[in-house]
Amino acid sequence: MTVAGKINTLHFGILLFLLACFFILPAYHVGALSRIMVLAIYAIGLNILFGYTGLLSLGHAMFFAAGMYGLGLSIKFLGVSVIPAFGIGILSAAVLSVLVGLLALRTVGVSFMIVTLMFAQTIYLVVLYFGEYTRGDEGFVLQQAERMLLNFDVTTEAGRYFVAFGAFSICLISFAALVQSSFGKRLVAIRENEERARMLGYDVWRYKLLAVIISGTVSGVAGALYALLFGYVGATFASVQYSILPLLWVLLGGAGKTIGPLIGVAFMFYLIDASSAYTSAYMLIAGLALVILTMFAPRGIAGILQAKVWPWLP
Amino acid sequence: MLEVNDIHTGYGPVKVLYGASLKAQSSEILCLLGRNGAGKTTMMKAIMGLLPVTSGTVTLEGQELHRLPAHHVPRQGIGYIPQGRRLFKELTVDENIEIGLMTRKQSRDTRDWVLDLFPRLRERLDQQAGTLSGGEQQMLATARALCLRPKVLLLDEPTEGLQPSMIEQIRQVIVKMRDEGFAIILVEQRVDAVLSIADRVTFIENGRDVRTTDAATLKQDPSIIAQHLGV
Repeated sequence: MTVAGKINTLHFGILLFLLACFFILPAYHVGALSRIMVLAIYAIGLNILFGYTGLLSLGHAMFFAAGMYGLGLSIKFLGVSVIPAFGIGILSAAVLSVLVGLLALRTVGVSFMIVTLMFAQTIYLVVLYFGEYTRGDEGFVLQQAERMLLNFDVTTEAGRYFVAFGAFSICLISFAALVQSSFGKRLVAIRENEERARMLGYDVWRYKLLAVIISGTVSGVAGALYALLFGYVGATFASVQYSILPLLWVLLGGAGKTIGPLIGVAFMFYLIDASSAYTSAYMLIAGLALVILTMFAPRGIAGILQAKVWPWLP
Repeated sequence: MLEVNDIHTGYGPVKVLYGASLKAQSSEILCLLGRNGAGKTTMMKAIMGLLPVTSGTVTLEGQELHRLPAHHVPRQGIGYIPQGRRLFKELTVDENIEIGLMTRKQSRDTRDWVLDLFPRLRERLDQQAGTLSGGEQQMLATARALCLRPKVLLLDEPTEGLQPSMIEQIRQVIVKMRDEGFAIILVEQRVDAVLSIADRVTFIENGRDVRTTDAATLKQDPSIIAQHLGV
């Protein structure tokens, strides 16, 4: 089988497995997997920028929140239905990523990290400041009636799972196509050696801006989807914690690997889930596992898979 | 072909070149010689638009390069292979070449041409660039720059740290490219390595070009080398 064939088989195999999970697994895990898939889309968003282009953003929660509030506020205050609200959510994230990209890409390295962190904090404070509309930390709930996707009820377990699954499938497949395209290779070239890419005649800045826009928009898709499927919009999702989490997921799963985000989210979700059954200090166990994994597998779980089993892993 | 005329440049407040000039013609290897810190690499970077040229001009066949943004310079037909090679290590040999081809939208002919120059790379197309030997990495870096089908090629110490058999292969390729009509600017530390292939030599000293002479003259009168390099 050709390398491209192997890659496609792997991705479709994963999707088939996720589809089968709905019919096999008990309700609790089905619910957990819906959440994992939505958060994996968020991690895919960060992976495009961090894993493939080599730009570390510490403020991705702002894009997630832009998608989330774009959808939530337009449903709540404009009374629009789900599909246009979803569009507004994605558009909000896209516009924000253009603005942040234009400004933050004037910096590099650590400064880029700090500038993105700063922008995200600004967005977080804006959410709190307009608490009258956003209800700040407390957040607001989207009613079941407001969450009808045409005639399809996304508040049921099946509805939620299949919308999450559909969105994740689209994101995973288009993400895989993107990183294997010539555009994706150029991003990797920039990550590997920015100056060299420039010396081959590439407008590095333009590619980095495109990466920020794609990455931010995908993160916004995840945010809008999260609000839609779980019916809650709150400022926690704009906080710094939600900028760090996707970074951990990507690092654990494998930065710069297509399957890294899903593995990372699932691993961390079940790690916390399992350890919280034994102790209330479950974050301590999770933290320890993270330290061990980073020490012994700096390239994440997908990195181990690539080294031991699938050298062709994209 | 490529003309550098009286340029001044440096790194921020630190000036490195004070009125340096050189001229590279097609089918010719021009070698830059100078002590450490004389400004050889700085000259390369200034030509490539990586450093701001505060006065003077850089022109390729009459077209001004020093006013262009850095990523436009290679598109005009200048290939630069910096010291230390610097490949895209995670990408395969094939992908590295592909990246080189895409900028100027070169065809498969160009790909075949560079792979014919370096047959060893053809055997290793699917290998990750980071796992190649030093000499092979140098070949790939050169091949990738050639993918732009440049008219001028800048090579910064291409044989540094390589074993003798590899050095010989790289030198043969450089000579072959000269014979195909390229203008080549070569920076080398090792005088013996230079004299056998260079056509002309420009000495750089304290940020200026102090003398340009035929390589044949240097071979007859090595005292000139001692005078400028102190060896």
